[in-house]
Amino acid sequence: MSSDSSHTLVIEAGRTERHYWKDLWRYRELFYFLAWRDILVRYKQTAIGVAWAVLRPLLTMIVFTVVFGKLAKLPSEGAAPYPIMVFAGMLPWQFFASGFSDAGNSVVGNAQMISKTYFPRLIVPSSALIVALVDFGISFGILGCLMIWYGYVPNVHIVILPVFVLIAFAAALGVGLWIAALNVKYRDFRYVIPFIVQFGLYISPVGFSSSIVPEKWRLLYSLNPMVGVIDGFRWAILGGSTTLDWAGFSLSIVLVVVLLITGVMYFRRTEKTFADVI
Amino acid sequence: MSTAIQIEGLAKRYVIRHEQARQYTALRDVIADGVRGAGRYLLGRSRKAGLKRTSEDFWALRDISLSIGAGERVGVIGRNGAGKSTLLKVLSRITEPTAGRIVITGRVSSLLEVGTGFHPELTGRENIFLNGAVMGMAKSEIKRKFDEIVAFADVEKFLDTPVKRYSSGMYVRLAFSVAAHLEPEILIVDEVLAVGDMAFQRKCLGKLEEVGSQGRTVLFVSHNMGMISNLCQKGIVLDGGRVTFEGNISEAVLKYYEVANRNTLGSEVEHKSEVAKLLEVELVRNDFGGDITIHDELIVRMKYELTQTGQGQSVPNFHFFASDGSYAFVSNANGPIPREPGVYKADCRIPGGLLNEGAYFVGVALTTFRAQGSYDVEFFDRNALTFNVIDPMDELSNRYGYGGPIPGTVRPSLEWNITRD
Repeated sequence: MSSDSSHTLVIEAGRTERHYWKDLWRYRELFYFLAWRDILVRYKQTAIGVAWAVLRPLLTMIVFTVVFGKLAKLPSEGAAPYPIMVFAGMLPWQFFASGFSDAGNSVVGNAQMISKTYFPRLIVPSSALIVALVDFGISFGILGCLMIWYGYVPNVHIVILPVFVLIAFAAALGVGLWIAALNVKYRDFRYVIPFIVQFGLYISPVGFSSSIVPEKWRLLYSLNPMVGVIDGFRWAILGGSTTLDWAGFSLSIVLVVVLLITGVMYFRRTEKTFADVI
Repeated sequence: MSTAIQIEGLAKRYVIRHEQARQYTALRDVIADGVRGAGRYLLGRSRKAGLKRTSEDFWALRDISLSIGAGERVGVIGRNGAGKSTLLKVLSRITEPTAGRIVITGRVSSLLEVGTGFHPELTGRENIFLNGAVMGMAKSEIKRKFDEIVAFADVEKFLDTPVKRYSSGMYVRLAFSVAAHLEPEILIVDEVLAVGDMAFQRKCLGKLEEVGSQGRTVLFVSHNMGMISNLCQKGIVLDGGRVTFEGNISEAVLKYYEVANRNTLGSEVEHKSEVAKLLEVELVRNDFGGDITIHDELIVRMKYELTQTGQGQSVPNFHFFASDGSYAFVSNANGPIPREPGVYKADCRIPGGLLNEGAYFVGVALTTFRAQGSYDVEFFDRNALTFNVIDPMDELSNRYGYGGPIPGTVRPSLEWNITRD
């Protein structure tokens, strides 16, 4: 907490907290601690611990490569080997899927804490994303190994990757905030989460390249914000062998920004009643 | 004295749904209700009749205005559902008020539950940091106080054991210990001391007293009137979401019991005959001011008038009730009993070291006893006097460090003698 002893707090009905963002900064340590707790808890009492974070994407990649690359004989992007193409798409997708699920369940999952203490509630869903970010880091290491295995050298595009990571983070947070807030009031949003994860996997270009989608449907396809995010990742990782559909990409990014802004707004509007209805 | 908490016109409304036993709304219900409503609309029935709202407003707090000075220790008392916890929740910013304004000057820490944020899978060490952060402590602050927290909780040996393997006593000790090391200017504490073993409760109470004596403002909710009278100077009584009393803690405790016992005791005066009349009842103390302690001598006095020479002996008597409305004891006058008409003053001395801590209600009666054991009650005011007794927790209390309640409607100081056999 702050060290100024003369600090005055005004609580009023319907008053939007003026110091919300300042408070958020003041409670940053709680953010670290919650993220740290989630990471610790995730790997405690698991037999092979971190290996799960390696096995899951690796096995998924193998299945996708066999089904889409070998059986369906779908083309890769440019000169990139199919497994690397799949993995480059799976990175953001896995991050988004586990990130927004954790964030969406986080507020209800921390009900006890929310009904007994004050802190900016935004900390809960955003810190939940950090676990997904750690898994993302591990997966990224696997991708590095794969690229060495295939002797695939990325080009200069790779330096822009952090920007795309940020976009993926924004997408997961935007959707996560919406679901977290709705979940407090309507508990059935819990069931919406696995549905989005499953459905999204089919309508997003994870196992295949978005280049197989006919040109005239591209813009419509990009209404799924994850299309832009995944395409961006592939563009950055696979380097010169891919092209980015800028119109579709921009549309996806705009949607991500809209999701994030409305998500924060809706969350902020409803968070004051969380303790009353949770 | 500056003001620490200023509350003006505070109100909090909850909307309660009657038809639904479920706690939360499910989306399917919203959709189902919508479809039902649309169906009725299509069928041409009145929409209003179909969608009869069965929700009701419940005002947990109404028009509360209070001013709490810096350094004051205030006890908030009231029956279950009186609004105590809601008040603390609003003050802690957990829930938003429906109306009103609160100005808090100084850093606030709320202790509405011990061990908030504790995770069973994490070790004691990890949970200290996590819980500290949830309570608003900085990492550096937790590090600095870490050893002190561990020593206070007495869990050194189990620091690296997941808390799910802790006994409930250890768990509570660790949880309270973190909370006890907060250093706010204003401390808000809900009923959290009703946990843990007696020795630890005493330790916690000591810690809270220490906090209070350091000039911090403490707002304390408890059902333990003994504890609250010892810890707080000022009391606020809530009833039905309103403040019904604000003032000295002993008076507040009495007010609370009066409300609680209104049904069991009743206040009507039975007045059967024209032989005698009750004029006045008072509590006389040797030393004026301050709380009545269990060591103090008290005199209850009644003034009454005999209007005619009675048919037997008209004996004044006092009936003592404990705070739960049960009879503590009855005392009849002894010595010469006056029979001539006139105004009399009857004093009954209650020695120090007889009563237990808590509230007492005194009923005043005059009974005329005649031959063959028959009697008449001339008057009986069941609720003539009330007073609150506290335990100063000194050597005379024979507590040996124990801080919890001692059962019994009386707690006489008796003579003991222990010799080697």
